[in-house]
Amino acid sequence: MADVAVHAPAAGHDDHAHGHHTSTGLSNNKLAMWLLLGSECLLFGGLISTYMLYRGRVGTGPTPDQIYDIPFTSVSSFVLLMSSLTMVLAVSASARDDQRNTNLWLTVTALLGATFVGGQVYEFTAFYKEGLGFTTSLFGSSFYTLTGFHGTHVLVGIIMLMTLVVMNNKNKIVGQKSEVVEMVGLYWHFVDVVWIVIFTLVYLIPS
Amino acid sequence: MSTTTSETHVEHEGHEGHDHGLSDVGYIKVALLLAVLTAVEVSTYYVDFGPFFIPVLLILMVVKFFIVASYFMHLKFDSKIFTWMFYMGLFLAVGVYAAFLATFKFFLAS
Repeated sequence: MADVAVHAPAAGHDDHAHGHHTSTGLSNNKLAMWLLLGSECLLFGGLISTYMLYRGRVGTGPTPDQIYDIPFTSVSSFVLLMSSLTMVLAVSASARDDQRNTNLWLTVTALLGATFVGGQVYEFTAFYKEGLGFTTSLFGSSFYTLTGFHGTHVLVGIIMLMTLVVMNNKNKIVGQKSEVVEMVGLYWHFVDVVWIVIFTLVYLIPS
Repeated sequence: MSTTTSETHVEHEGHEGHDHGLSDVGYIKVALLLAVLTAVEVSTYYVDFGPFFIPVLLILMVVKFFIVASYFMHLKFDSKIFTWMFYMGLFLAVGVYAAFLATFKFFLAS
């Protein structure tokens, strides 16, 4: 999208996340992030649909009802949900140019995300010990692929958060700092909303 | 323009998509609501909701999804273009994969 100074003098705004110097008047980076998230819906939609189709194909392996530990997964879901709160508080602090609280909330978000990933590693290990390997059944393959992809997204998010903290400390963030934090936040919240869907469709609704 | 943390920040009114969203207290209230909804979801594992079991879970899932997207992701306060981009991807995905599942007679089997 071409960067044209259409909105430069509009309403006398500065460039503080308002009146971006683009043909849309919006941040191109933010547009690109939303476009990415829209396309990610298709990726996770495919993985969730495949799981839904194959969750009953257990072969000789364990069934979902036999191995899922709903209380444990509920706690890790709650942890991820609360990480969205800490993330939005980081975005809010960043918008106020409050560097200390921005770093604090970003770090707390990363820790909560790491707790979630740790829980997922524990869950995978427990399932494997109970006889559900990646190639045990179509259920196992589709389950590990879906939740593994999601876990990888969380891991990427944690790396982004920690990178952001380091760069923020060294004042090496290029461009509008609050917008960079906001975009990492968008990615993080997306990972959370995907888990909201996975938690219900995969764990809570039995096959 | 208000910069307090106890009220909603609405800057540059009349300029679409340029609000800052809720205050920190507002976000905490939204998170509490999400926590309550999650607790209701988890309660379906322990309490028999009868024929309402799946509809309740699906409704709660959709409500939680839209709350996070609207408030935490700022879609409610941001430009409608972002809303369109995200929900177009989402609805396209739902449509395509609903058709995909219907092709495999998933809904009949359920």
